[in-house]
Amino acid sequence: MIYFDNAATTLRKPQCVKKAVYEALDTMGNPSRGAHKPSLDASRLVYDTRVRLGELLGISDPSEIAFTLNATDALNMAVNIAVNKGEHVITTECEHNSVLRPLYASGAELTVIKADDIGNINYDDIEKSIRENTKAVFINHASNVTGNVTDIERISEITRKYNLLLVVDAAQTAGHIPISAEALGVDILCFTGHKALMAPQGTGGIYVRKGIDIRPMRTGGSGIHSFDKKHPSAMPEALEAGTLNCHGITGLNAALQYIEKTGIENIYEREKALSRRFIDGIANIKGIKIYGDINAQTRVPVVTVNIDGMTSDELCDRLYTEYGICTRAGAHCAPLMHKALGTDKIGAVRFSFSHFNSENETDEGIRALRGLAEI
Amino acid sequence: MREKKLYRIITFAKTTDAFAFEKKSMAEKLPGRIIPLPVKISAGCGLAWRMTEEEYKNYRNQITGYEGIYTLEM
Repeated sequence: MIYFDNAATTLRKPQCVKKAVYEALDTMGNPSRGAHKPSLDASRLVYDTRVRLGELLGISDPSEIAFTLNATDALNMAVNIAVNKGEHVITTECEHNSVLRPLYASGAELTVIKADDIGNINYDDIEKSIRENTKAVFINHASNVTGNVTDIERISEITRKYNLLLVVDAAQTAGHIPISAEALGVDILCFTGHKALMAPQGTGGIYVRKGIDIRPMRTGGSGIHSFDKKHPSAMPEALEAGTLNCHGITGLNAALQYIEKTGIENIYEREKALSRRFIDGIANIKGIKIYGDINAQTRVPVVTVNIDGMTSDELCDRLYTEYGICTRAGAHCAPLMHKALGTDKIGAVRFSFSHFNSENETDEGIRALRGLAEI
Repeated sequence: MREKKLYRIITFAKTTDAFAFEKKSMAEKLPGRIIPLPVKISAGCGLAWRMTEEEYKNYRNQITGYEGIYTLEM
């Protein structure tokens, strides 16, 4: 089996992640709730993971990072914090449903910036869309369909100029591309642990810049201020009601150490080389269509394609049943992006790479597409 | 029964501060340890740092990032 569905979740985790989670199941107590060794060890691990995440994501105060279930959970919190009914929010057609649906449900007035046929937005459209009651810009750092990377710095210039909140969905970039949240002027950053960060599913996080009022989405045990009737409003406890997924966070901690040791730049360069090799290998196959800004310098390792005369579900299924290649067909929970690309009726097949993939596997993917296109 | 002694109890606004303090203590070799917050004290975090009066006198200038400091016989 060849696994090219890493944008959905990374299947192959570093050995140290598996070992750490296994050992934690035997040793880890409840963090923040006790002063005995198993509990203190859990709390130390949680704190150390916040510090490591801060270093990776350019956040100087680790207490501004709360752990979440995944990026969707974090984005729901972000909408809950940043948006009130009747306020105006700007977002784009490139977004995932994890942003779009919470925004639709929020009662906010929405402007959705159009994407062109290779999935890029015109940054000037953001500034042109600002109204008197505009509160925030919600944008992904990279599209899960095209792999195009957003110029956050450029958007940040606009949000700073008009004093808007900049909320960034880094589900497809955290672990691939270095992020400097504070330096870039990001107000809220949402990320997941189980994709490029290579941690277990059920891990993720949210950074909320100091000074932003936190509205907890869930309330309950916090380990602090136990006699108050209201849940604490200070980060990170404000967004961490109940026991954390400490076993998962142990895996995330090990994964972060792996990334530090390997070097995020080295990981990214390898992924970029594999996806470039793949694009170059399939570009001249008759009947193939590759979506996205494939010649951009900075991209995440996502390559989405279709073959003429074949629906995406058929292509995906044949890749798996005839070649043992795992990909993802359909709409990728990004309906507006697919409409912009013209693939809303047929979907598309996404190949997404990990640095653990090999050149041989990549070449197998190319051969499979050639074989299916030429039948 | 445990013999009672006078301690300095350092409290924190939140759990993250307690573990940031512990990390700093390990790096700077500060004496003491994390204990459950004594019920006589009110603080944000349910954990506190305990050191003897003498240890406190020797290291007081290195103690930062706390919510309050109390003297308690325990």
